[in-house]
This record gives sequence, structure tokens and C-alpha cells, in this order.
Amino acid sequence: MEGNIAQLGQFIGAGLAAIGSGAAAIGVGHVAGNFLAGALRNPSAAGSQTATLFIGIAFAEALGIFSFLVALLLMFAV
Amino acid sequence: MADSAVEQGAEAGGAGMPQLDFSTFPNQIFWLLVTLIVIYFVLSRVALPRIAGILAERKGTITNDIAAAEELKLKAQEAEQAYDKALADARAEAQRIVAEAKAEIQTELDAEIARADARIAEKTAESEAAIAEIRASAMDSVQAVAKDTAKEIVAALGGKADARSVTSAVTAAMKGDA
Amino acid sequence: MADDAAAQGDGGGLVFHPLDQFEIKALFGGDAIHWYTPTNVTMWMALAVLCVIGLLVLGTSKRSIVPGRTQSVAELAYGFVYKMVEDVTGKDGIRYFPYIFTLFLFILFSNFLGLLPLSFTTTSHIAVTAVLAMAVFLTVTILGFVKNGASFLSLFWVSSAPLALRPILAVIEIISYFVRPVSHSIRLAGNMMAGHAVIKVFAGFAQVLAIAPIAIIAVAAIYGLEVLVSFIQAYVFTILTCVYLKDALHPHH
Repeated sequence: MEGNIAQLGQFIGAGLAAIGSGAAAIGVGHVAGNFLAGALRNPSAAGSQTATLFIGIAFAEALGIFSFLVALLLMFAV
Repeated sequence: MADSAVEQGAEAGGAGMPQLDFSTFPNQIFWLLVTLIVIYFVLSRVALPRIAGILAERKGTITNDIAAAEELKLKAQEAEQAYDKALADARAEAQRIVAEAKAEIQTELDAEIARADARIAEKTAESEAAIAEIRASAMDSVQAVAKDTAKEIVAALGGKADARSVTSAVTAAMKGDA
Repeated sequence: MADDAAAQGDGGGLVFHPLDQFEIKALFGGDAIHWYTPTNVTMWMALAVLCVIGLLVLGTSKRSIVPGRTQSVAELAYGFVYKMVEDVTGKDGIRYFPYIFTLFLFILFSNFLGLLPLSFTTTSHIAVTAVLAMAVFLTVTILGFVKNGASFLSLFWVSSAPLALRPILAVIEIISYFVRPVSHSIRLAGNMMAGHAVIKVFAGFAQVLAIAPIAIIAVAAIYGLEVLVSFIQAYVFTILTCVYLKDALHPHH
């Protein structure tokens, strides 16, 4: 098998970084689930908090996107 | 498979991510700024005032329509009140007329009854007088017949009876009978 | 390179070029891309502008009291962003509504146009989103200092925290403040890039006959998800702009 150790490291690193996307998925699910739990307890307050929900989801997702970006960088840019 | 992946990785590594190709950055940034400025001017000069105008106009129309509807509603309520009033007036008038007619009829009826009563009383008195007369005349005839009969009986019995004693005896007997 | 790919495809190996769709090419030939060269970036941004004009200018040209379909959508977009600015930023943020609406419409139409097959997604490029985010960051920072003077710095001094914690919190707040444009831009570009790359990868799987049906169904499903993500990312970018603007106008928590 040709190739070199650096490429091996790239692919392994990219795979590891991609785990972060899954972790972000857990985070987003957590945010949405807790919002739903709260919204079902007090539906009248839920409507005013959807903006906060999306901000929270966006922050959680941004970190997952960072890890995805690291994976992409390792695969294609390094 | 492994070969192709490695080769592809090498190829892609050569090409890199298009996002990180810094030579295209000035181009993108220039056209982005042009785009943003164009959109901003289109929005602030044409689109936003127009949409704000449309929304304000619609709000005004709706407010006017609601006011007009309110006015019409008031008018309808007024008309209803007038109608109710007219109806109540008519009803009161009708009741008044009925009461008047009833009173009139009542007075007429009373007068008629009084007249009839008077007539009946008159007739009764007349009849009573007639009856009394008849009874008196009957009494007289009975007395005369009794006197005559008594005289005749006394004469037939051979007695001699003067008229006076017979009369008093008959009268006493009749009184005792009566 | 294309010949190589074809040869490898024939050889049975899977070939993915998920990032080829993001390449910037000059529209009228030529290899050199100068700052003024009309490229596919130019074309798709121009299309976004045309869409904005079509929706908001031509769509409302009748000015009817009872709106038609296009006018309804235009009014809906206007009301949506207007209410967002008003709710998040407050009454004094309404002045910056055209600016925020510009950002929203540009990102929304770029995202949606990027979902057309064979199209180019301008918002998937770090350069574009970084300019957008830096514009927001600089505007908000300058505005904060102009409006509040030095008291804008109280944004970093959390007065509700215990005194001992405040310096540490101030450091954290300052770091998070300067990370804002980074996360703001990479969130948008990363979401767009990730979605399109994933669609491309699944399309690559469709080369193998055995899993082609699953791959095609997956492409359709992810496409639906991407439509949602396109809107949500435009919404998130806009609402975060509003939040940052609120911080600049009212820095005292």
C-alpha cells in the first residue's frame, strides 16, 4: 500500500472530527426537546420564545459545523 | 478502491477547497458589495416605502370601513328604537280605544238594565194592584153570597133573622176562617 | 481530471468531488479571476437581486388593498422581519430595518437559488459570509460606541455577578464578543456547504446500482431538509444581527 503516514493521519483526524457533528446533533436535540417540554407545560409562553429557541439551536449547531469544517479542512485543504 | 481514494485525496488536496482559494476573494467581495448596495437601494428607495404605504392604506381602509359599519350599526339601532316606540304607541292607543269602547258599552248596558229594572218594577206593582183588586172584589162577593145564603138558611129554618146580626155573624166567621 | 474521474468510475471505484460545485469560474472564459471579472458569483448574486426586485417591486406594483399571491408573500416577508426587529431590538431598532431586511433577503434568496440543481451557492463561501458578518460586527461595534460612548464597555462588565467573578467574566465576554463574527459567518457558510456536499456525496453513491434507490431517496430527503435549513439559516443570521444590534443600543443588561 502506497501513500504516506501524513495522509493516514489526515483521514483518521477527519473521521474523529466528524464525531463532533454527531455531538452537535445531540445538543440540538437537547435544546429542542427541552423547549418542547417547557412549551407543553406552559403553551401560552411558548410562542414568544421561539426566537430564543432558534438562537439556542443556532449556537449548538455552529459548534458542530466547526467540527465538520475541521474534517473538511483535513480532507481537502491540508 | 484504496488507490482511487488516495489518488482522489491527492487530487483534491491539489485543488483544495474552493472556499479557501484566496485569489478569488477580491472578486467575491466586490460583487457581494455591489449586490448588497443594489438590494439596499432597491429596498429603501422603492420597495419598503411602497409596502409600508400599502399596509398603511389597508389599515386606513379597514379603520374607515369599521367606522362606517359602526355608524350604520348606530343608525340601525336608532331605527329599531323608533320602530319600538311607534309600536308601543300604537299598542297604547289601541288599549285606550278598547278601554273607551268598553266603558261606553258598560254605561249603555247599565242604563238599559236600569230601565229594564224600572219597567219590571212598574209591571210588578201594576200586577200586584190588579191582584189586590181582584182579591178584594172576590172577598166582597163571597161576603154577599154568604150573607144571602145565611139569611136564606135562617129563613128556611123558620127563624127570623134580622139583617144586622147575620152580617156580623158572617163577618166573624170569615175572620175566624181567614 | 474529468477524464481521470471517468476512468476511475469505469474501474468500479467511487469518485466523489463534493466540493467541485463551489468552484468559482469566469463566466466568459479565461483563467484569471480579477476583482472585476464577471464570474458565476456575479451571475447568481445578480439572480438574487432580480428575485428581490421581482418579489418586492414587481410583486407589489399593483398596490392592491386586497393582495394577490406575490404581494401577499412580499408583505409577509416585510411583516416577518419588521416584527422580528421590533420584538428583539425594540422601537429604536426600527431605523436599521432596511439594513437588516437587505441581509435577510440576500441570504434567503442566495440559499434558495443555491438549491436549484447545477446552481452555485454564493452563501457557501467563507468570503461572502465573512463580509456579511464583519459588516454586522463593525456596524454594531461602531454604533455601540457612538450611541453609548465608553459606557458601551459595560456590556463586558456583568454587574449582576459577584465582584470577584467579574474580571473573569469580562475576559470571557470579550472573547465571546470577538468570536461572534467568526461563528456568525462560519455557521451560515458551513451549513450551506455541508448540506450541498452531503447531497453530492449521496448522489455519488447513486453510481452503484445496488444502493442507487436508497441514495436517490436520501438525496430527496436531504433536499427537503436543506430547504428548511436554507430558511432557518437566513432567519438565524437575521435574528442574531438583531440581538447584536440590541446589545449595541442597550448595553446595560
